[in-house]
Amino acid sequence: MPSRTGARSSRSRPELGLLLLGMFVLLGGSLVPLGAASSADAAGGSTGKDAECNKTKTEHNITKKAFPVLSLEYGHVKVPFEISLWVLLASLMKLGFHLIPRLSGIVPESCLLISVGLLVGLLIKLAGEDVPPVLDSKLFFLCLLPPIILDAGYFLPIRPFMENLGTILMFAVVGTLWNAFFVGGLLFAACQIPQAGLSDVGILPCLLFGSIISAVDPVAVLAVFEEIHINELLHILVFGESLLNDAVTVVLYHLFEEFSLVGSVTVLDGFLGVISFLVVALGGVLVGAIYGFLASFTSRFTSHTRVIEPLFVFVYSYMAYLSAEVFHLSGIMALIACGAVMRPYVEANISHKSHTTIKYFLKMWSSVSETLIFIFLGVATVDGKHKWNWTFVTSTVILCLVARVIGVVSLTFVINKFRIVKLTTKDQFIIAYGGLRGAIAFSLGYLLDCRHFPRDMFLTAIITVIFFTVFVQGMTIKPLVDLLAVKKKQEAKRSINEEIHTQFLDHLLTGIEDICGHYGHHHWKDKLNRFNKKYVKKFLIVGERSKEPQLIAFYHKMEMKHAIQMVESGSRLPSAMPSTVSMQNIQPKIPPALPKPAERALPQLRKGREEEIRKILRSNLQRTRQRLHSYNRHTLVADPFEDGLNEFLLKKQKMIELDKKIKEMTTYLTVPAAAADSPTMSRARLASGRHTDFIPAHQQKGKPSDPQSYHVRPTADGVPSIQVDLASPDSPDSVKLLDEFRQAEKQEQDEDQGLMMRPPSSGPNKPGGKDEAKEQQKLMRCLSDPGPGADEDEDEDEPFLP
Amino acid sequence: MGSSSSNLNTIPNSQELMQETGFSAAHLLRLYERFEFLDKDNKGHLRPEDFEAVQELSTNPIGDIIIGSFFSPGQETVDFPSFVRILAHFRPAEKNRTRDGAQPEPANSSTGKLKFAFQLYDRDRDGKISREELLQVLRAMLEMQVTEEQLESMAERAIQEADLDEDDAISFDEFKKSLEKVNIDHKMSIHFMK
Repeated sequence: MPSRTGARSSRSRPELGLLLLGMFVLLGGSLVPLGAASSADAAGGSTGKDAECNKTKTEHNITKKAFPVLSLEYGHVKVPFEISLWVLLASLMKLGFHLIPRLSGIVPESCLLISVGLLVGLLIKLAGEDVPPVLDSKLFFLCLLPPIILDAGYFLPIRPFMENLGTILMFAVVGTLWNAFFVGGLLFAACQIPQAGLSDVGILPCLLFGSIISAVDPVAVLAVFEEIHINELLHILVFGESLLNDAVTVVLYHLFEEFSLVGSVTVLDGFLGVISFLVVALGGVLVGAIYGFLASFTSRFTSHTRVIEPLFVFVYSYMAYLSAEVFHLSGIMALIACGAVMRPYVEANISHKSHTTIKYFLKMWSSVSETLIFIFLGVATVDGKHKWNWTFVTSTVILCLVARVIGVVSLTFVINKFRIVKLTTKDQFIIAYGGLRGAIAFSLGYLLDCRHFPRDMFLTAIITVIFFTVFVQGMTIKPLVDLLAVKKKQEAKRSINEEIHTQFLDHLLTGIEDICGHYGHHHWKDKLNRFNKKYVKKFLIVGERSKEPQLIAFYHKMEMKHAIQMVESGSRLPSAMPSTVSMQNIQPKIPPALPKPAERALPQLRKGREEEIRKILRSNLQRTRQRLHSYNRHTLVADPFEDGLNEFLLKKQKMIELDKKIKEMTTYLTVPAAAADSPTMSRARLASGRHTDFIPAHQQKGKPSDPQSYHVRPTADGVPSIQVDLASPDSPDSVKLLDEFRQAEKQEQDEDQGLMMRPPSSGPNKPGGKDEAKEQQKLMRCLSDPGPGADEDEDEDEPFLP
Repeated sequence: MGSSSSNLNTIPNSQELMQETGFSAAHLLRLYERFEFLDKDNKGHLRPEDFEAVQELSTNPIGDIIIGSFFSPGQETVDFPSFVRILAHFRPAEKNRTRDGAQPEPANSSTGKLKFAFQLYDRDRDGKISREELLQVLRAMLEMQVTEEQLESMAERAIQEADLDEDDAISFDEFKKSLEKVNIDHKMSIHFMK
C-alpha cells in the first residue's frame, strides 16, 4: 500500500490529492474497526442495557484502573460512521471528476464511479476485511432508489410525457415482455447445448432471468442521457420507458419466481398474470395519486408554518412508495404518480423558499444516491462469488442486444402508423442503443434464493451485461449522437409568445374538433382542464391562486425571474432604472445662463442615434431575460424572491411606458449629429460614462406620466436627483439648454473634465449594469448640466425636484 | 367503397375537392355528413348561427374567432367547399411529397397551418398582428380574469420579444419564428383526418 501511494504522490496535481484524501479517509474508517474490535465487544450495545440492570450486582469488585483520559470505542458508532464515510467518498469522487476536465468529457460519470467502486472493493479486499454487503437489496430498494425516482417524477415534463404516452407504454410493456421472453427462451435453448454444462437450468429460471435482465434501468439511463443532452422527444421516450417498465418487471419477477418453485405454468396462471399486471400498474398509480392529493391538500394549510413544507412533499412521497410496496404494487409508478400529481398544486401553495429547498434537496439526494449506487455496484462486483460460464454470459449479452434491436424496430413499425410525428431510423437507433441495464437488475438478482436458482451464475451474467451496457454503450453513445447528428436539446427558453400561441392553438384545435364532431384528445384534454380549474384547483390551492389563469401565472413567474436577475446583476432596478425622464421646472434655473436661443437650430436626432438609444433601452429590458436551464443535476434555475414583486411590476410597467414614449418622440429629439458621434458613443460605453447622449424628452405629447413615480437615487457624491417629467410643456428653454450641451460637447471632444459632473458612483451600477447605468447617467447629466458658460457648481448641487 | 362512391356523387365537385385538399373519399364523405348535420335547415350553406349551435363552442374562449375564420370577410355564408378548405389546414402533413414549384403551398403544410393561425390573430388582414389585435385575443382567452393593465403589460412583453424589426407589430415571419420550437405539425393536426 505505501508503494502505491508513493507512486501516486509523485504527480503533483490537486485533484489527485483530493482522491487520495478520499481513499485515506475510507481506509482509515475501515481499518479503525480492526483496532477497536476488542473494545467494541465490551460495549455490548444498548439492547443489553435493560438486561444488565436485572442482573444481580455481582461485579462490585472491579479493580480500579487509571481513569482513561482518551479512549477508543468504535462499536456504537460503527454503522453511521461507515455510512457517512461512504457518502463522503461518493461526494468527493464527484468533486474529483469535475476537476479533471478531459476525463468527464470522454467518460460518463457512471463508468468512473463504477471504476472507483471496483477500486475501493479491491482495496478493502486487500486489506483483508470482509467487503460489507453494500448492495443489499433492502438498502437499495428502500433507501437508494426512492430519491432518484422521486426526483425524476417530481420534475417529469408532463406535456411531452402525455403526448407520447402511447408510444412509451408500448415500449415499456410490449417491449419488455418481448425482451423477457426472447432472452429467456433462447437462453434456455442455449442451456441445452451439451458442452455448456447448464442442462440443469430449467425453462422457468431462464425466463425469470430474462425478465430480470430485460428491464431498462432508469438510474443508468438518467445518468448517461443527462450528459448527452439529447432532444426532448428521445429523452422522454427512453426515460419514460425505463420508469414504466417497472410494473412489468415486478409482475414477471413474482410470477416466474412463484412458479419456478412449482415447476409449471398453466394458461390460468398466465391470465392471472395479465390481471395482476393491470392491478400492479394501475394500483401503483392510484396509490401515488392519492398520496399526491393528500400532500396538495396539506400544503394548502401550511401558510403559517412554511418551514416544514418541504417535509410534507418528501414524507408523503416516501409513504406512497412504501405503501405501494406493502401490497406488492409498483412502487416506482406510485412515486412518479405522486410527484407528478402533487406538483402543480403544491407549487401554487408553497413559498418560494420552500420550492427552492425541495428542488435542492431532491437534486442532492438523488445525486448522492446515484453516485452511491454506482460505487456499490463496483464494490459488489469485487465481492461477489462469481461463477463464470462462458456460454451463459456471452449468450446473455448477445441476446440482450439482439432482442432490444428487434424489439425497437418492430414496435416502431407498428407505432408509426399511429403517430403524427414519426420516429426515424436515427431515433430508433438511439432508443435501442439507450436501453441500458443497471443496478435494479442486480438487486433483483441478489434477491433470488440461491437454493433454487444458480444465483451466482445469474449475478455474474447480470453484472457483465450491466458493465457492458454502461461502459461500452454509455461511453460511445455521445460520439454516436454527434456522428449521427441527432437533434440536441434546445434551449428551453419558453417565451411568453410561445405560451400565448400554444394556448391559443389548444383552444383552436378544441374548437375545430368540436365543429367536426370528433372527440379527439384535444377535446378530452380540454375537458380535463376545465374540471381541474373548476373543482380541483379550488379544493387544493389556497386563496386567490386557485383562480389565476395559467397564462397569468406563467407571466408572473417570468417577471419574477426577470426581476431577480436584474437585481442580481447589480443594477438594482427599482432605483437605478432610467427613470421616466420627465423634464419639469428646469427653466427657473437655466435661462440666465443660456445665450440667446434664437440662432440655434433644432437639428434632428439622427436616425442611427435614435436607434441606438432605443436598442440600449430595449436591451435593458431584454438583457436579463431568463434562461430556463434544463432540469438536470448540474444546473438549477435561480429562484425569484417574493418580496417587492408588486412594486417591481409597477415599475416595470412604467419602464415600458418610458420605452413607448421614447419611441414616440422621434421628431422632437434635438440632439444634433455630433461630429464625434462614435467617440461619444464609445466613450459612453466605458464605465466612466462621461459623455452623454441624452434624450431630451420635452415637448412630449403623450400622456402625462406620474411625476412622483420615479426619482433617481442621489448618490453620495452630489449627483442631483432629477425628476424630469416627460409631459412638461416647457419646450423652448429646455431645448436651448440641451443645445448648449451639444455645443459644449462639441467643443470638448478631447477634454472631458470640465463639462461633466463627476459620474455618479458607478459602484452599485457597475457590475453588469453598465447599460442602464449609462443611460441613467446620460440622462441625468445632460439635463442638469448647464453648459460651459454657466456656473457648474450651482447647478450640480441643485436637485431638480418637481 | 361502393356505397360511398354513390354518395360521393351528391357532393358537387368532389373530385376536385379531393385533389385540392388531399382528403380521401371516406373523409370527404364524413365531412359532408357533418356539414349536413350542422346545416339544420338544409339550406346548402352554413351561417354563423349554425356554428353557434355547437354546444362546446360556446364555452370555448375563442369560439367567436374560430367561427369567424370560416367566413371570408364580408360573406355571411359558407358553402361546403369552403368548409372543407378551411378544415384541410388541419390535416396532418405528409412528408416527402414531391411537388413542383408551380403548385401553391398546400394548406396542411406547416406554413399553411401557421398562416391560418396567423389570420385568426390578424383580423384586418394587413399582414401584421398589431398590439390591439393581440390584446383582443388575450382578452378573449383570459376571459375577464385579469386586469387591463396586466393584459397590456403581457401584450407589451409579447411584442417586445417577438418584434425583431421593431415596427411594433408581429409580422408573419416573426410569428413563425416565435413558434419555431413548437412542433406545428403535431400541434395543429387532427388525427382522424389522415
